[in-house]
Amino acid sequence: MSNDDQILEEFTSKEYEFGWTVDLEADEAPKGLNEDIVRFISAKKEEPEWLLKWRLDAFKAWQKMTEPKWPNVDYPAIDYQDLIYYSAPKKGAKPKSLDEVDPELLATFEKLGISLTEQKRLTGVAVDAVIDSVSVATTFKDTLAELGIIFCSFSEAVKEHPELVRKHMGSVVPVTDNYFAALNSAVFSDGSFCYIPKGVRCPMELSTYFRINAANTGQFERTLIVADEGSYVSYLEGCTAPQRDENQLHAAVVEIKAAKDSEVKYSTVQNWYPGDKNGKGGIYNFVTKRGICEGDNSKISWTQVETGSAVTWKYPSCILKGDNSQGEFYSVAVTNNYQQADTGTKMIHIGKNTKSRIVSKGISAGRSQNSYRGQVHVMKRAANARNFSQCDSLLMGDKCGAHTFPYIDIENQSAQVEHEATTSKIGEDQIFYCQQRGIDEESAVALIVNGYAKEVLNKLPMEFAVEAQKLLALTLEGSVG
Amino acid sequence: MNKLSGQSILDTLTGQFEKFEKGLNGQSKTAIHQVRKDAFNRLKDTGFPAPKNEEYKFTNLTKALEKNIDFSSTLRNELSKDQIESVKINNLEAYDLVFINGEFAAQYSDNIQEKGLKISTFEKAIKSDTELVIEHFGKQANVKEDAFVALNTAFSKNGVFIKVDDNAVIDKPIALYFIGDGTSSQPIYNVRNLLLVGKSAQVTVLEKFDTIGNEKSFTNAVNEIYVAQNANTRYFKIENDTESSYHISNISVAQERDSNFTANTIALDGAMVRNNLDIKINGEGCEAYMNGLYMLGGKTHVDNHTVVDHMMPNSYSNELYKGIMNDKSKGVFNGKIFVRQDAQKTNAFQSNKNILLTNDATVNTKPQLEIWADDVKCSHGCTTGQLDQEALFYLQARGIKKEKARAILLHAFASDVIQNLASEAIEAYVEEILASRLEV
Repeated sequence: MSNDDQILEEFTSKEYEFGWTVDLEADEAPKGLNEDIVRFISAKKEEPEWLLKWRLDAFKAWQKMTEPKWPNVDYPAIDYQDLIYYSAPKKGAKPKSLDEVDPELLATFEKLGISLTEQKRLTGVAVDAVIDSVSVATTFKDTLAELGIIFCSFSEAVKEHPELVRKHMGSVVPVTDNYFAALNSAVFSDGSFCYIPKGVRCPMELSTYFRINAANTGQFERTLIVADEGSYVSYLEGCTAPQRDENQLHAAVVEIKAAKDSEVKYSTVQNWYPGDKNGKGGIYNFVTKRGICEGDNSKISWTQVETGSAVTWKYPSCILKGDNSQGEFYSVAVTNNYQQADTGTKMIHIGKNTKSRIVSKGISAGRSQNSYRGQVHVMKRAANARNFSQCDSLLMGDKCGAHTFPYIDIENQSAQVEHEATTSKIGEDQIFYCQQRGIDEESAVALIVNGYAKEVLNKLPMEFAVEAQKLLALTLEGSVG
Repeated sequence: MNKLSGQSILDTLTGQFEKFEKGLNGQSKTAIHQVRKDAFNRLKDTGFPAPKNEEYKFTNLTKALEKNIDFSSTLRNELSKDQIESVKINNLEAYDLVFINGEFAAQYSDNIQEKGLKISTFEKAIKSDTELVIEHFGKQANVKEDAFVALNTAFSKNGVFIKVDDNAVIDKPIALYFIGDGTSSQPIYNVRNLLLVGKSAQVTVLEKFDTIGNEKSFTNAVNEIYVAQNANTRYFKIENDTESSYHISNISVAQERDSNFTANTIALDGAMVRNNLDIKINGEGCEAYMNGLYMLGGKTHVDNHTVVDHMMPNSYSNELYKGIMNDKSKGVFNGKIFVRQDAQKTNAFQSNKNILLTNDATVNTKPQLEIWADDVKCSHGCTTGQLDQEALFYLQARGIKKEKARAILLHAFASDVIQNLASEAIEAYVEEILASRLEV
């Protein structure tokens, strides 16, 4: 029952609970975006020449591109010149150990429930924490290094493993892939890098925690995960942001490469500030996530719980290139008030006997709009490809909307592809049944929604699953009646 | 300004439109002609669908037309009686109306005298039922958004006007045969039909498109259908052109309360075929059924786009489309269901199933739901696959040859759509073609 009590307790604290800011002294770039800013960021990060060139090429490509208009979301035009593209907590030399980290920063993470020092020992999760645009601390690095696993901030990786970064960066999501990927490539400030060597099974969950703190900044981070032959890794990503009246932009890129026989599991709990009850403020979350199963028998699995952000635009995808490779996508997207989400996945079957599975659960409440947009593409060569997709929507109230846009393109006769979608509301009889047994209406809704989303929540690592359940309840509070 | 998509066609059409206007003998000042002019100007402003146009993403009709169709061709030829009889559906007790290259052929058509039923050519109706035509013409069809509707509207002259009076029950189906003569010319024609079904009236209309001969041709048909309160309308569209014909059809339906509408769309052959079916449910308690079957071979490309827009509560829609793709054919399906905020208690179902018989055939399907009301039951499902190997084996184990077993299973696959046709003669016609395709 303790879990249920916690949910009830959460209900009493009405607003977004991560909405505080901390006065961290920050080192910022001037507002606006031009070539000099790109050079400024690169210089700040003491980057090698090739990376600066890479950024400038991306910037030039971005200037020629236009913002995509096809997603089913509506937001005022973003003034890209009114943003700060680099903000880092000010500090002296890079801390060698956690003892040297700014205590204010550590307190921030305590508040978030991520104690960089102690909790990690209890839970055994290695954390890379990113505040605003810069990675501030990575835990458990040494333990991982013994196994040959590289897990560090992106800028560190550029310095210490340039050959790996150079080889893999941009190979899954090319610079010119889309508008926001190009923007990210030009101005990305930091992120996480992870390399799992041949035959190594990563013994702990790797985790990145992203936090936007400063005002008027955009956050552009990049994650690159490379899993070598026969390796395994489970990776978690969490995010929060302070409560502000203006909208903030977050455009990230995540790339995953899975070699022969490897497996990568990527889980996200996205809880950026969604804006207030009247739709004021909130994060624009425009993210490009893509993984490629390069080798035979490899597997990439995406699990996401999307509860935050004012506008979400995100399609974690799998390119199934190796024979017998597998892709999975499990998603729960909850929108309330004026939130808008356009999310889904792409499964590109290239290799033989490739399999993919899509389970998407959308929940819309308030005046929100929730869209699933996905593509299953079976190429000509992909004999015996198999896909199963299920996307369900749950509507709460008559002011919200649920939309489904699945594209299914089949070029091979031996493919077997199924797609199913349903839309419905929470049954009055279900709520009545709970109420009869002394469970009040809001808890009943939380209970039913959790049951509805269970198939996806079960796929999350344990610590995250608990958090995700609480988040679901929190996001939907006040949406009944 | 940038060059518009399909500019070369537009250039040819501009001259033809002027000629067309002159040929109207002083009618060019009427309200109806104003609708035509607006439509043509719209077309000139926006051009034909560009390759990236989401609605024509998988069907680049503009490019195909630019490459294959000579829009300046005006050659017209007559057809023989035998050729006309050959396309008719056997044993179908119906009022037959025959159109050759878009022009009404009175000598081959029945003279219809039935109480409560008024049929005339669209051209005549403009004069005799001006007010009704003005009230409905171009109101339902998507002149603003679809270039082909605009093109049709601009040149609208040929076609049929059908009006069923309130409470009239027309038992005999009305069969419209549109025959293109591809034996010696390249026919290009626009067909414009207007069907008005009065309160509590009942009617069945069949539209059949055929091309005789292997010359290239282009047909652009637009139907506007109004189903009044409590009326019941059944509509068939059978498209059976040749491998060098291009065909686009737009059917726009408006349903008033408690009405019932069924659309059956069968696509059999053609180079590129595009069917747009658009149903607006404007009243409570309506029922809409859509059945579709496409059996494709060769390099045929068939694209079915359907839209059901639930504007009002307590209505029901059910859609079933099935496709069998052989050789290098390509099937495209896009089904949209909209359930507006007011349309509570809507039940909407949609299903699309495809079978690919070769590795060169492709399917692009996009079943799409957009829902703004919460108390609804909506679902869609779609599958693409091959014949069940175990079922095939089961039949073979019982001494049935593989080809025959395959035919039995494909026949079973298509049978629920065929049964939904609910007309013996038409069912038999489709079955016969299916059987000949399966070569049993």
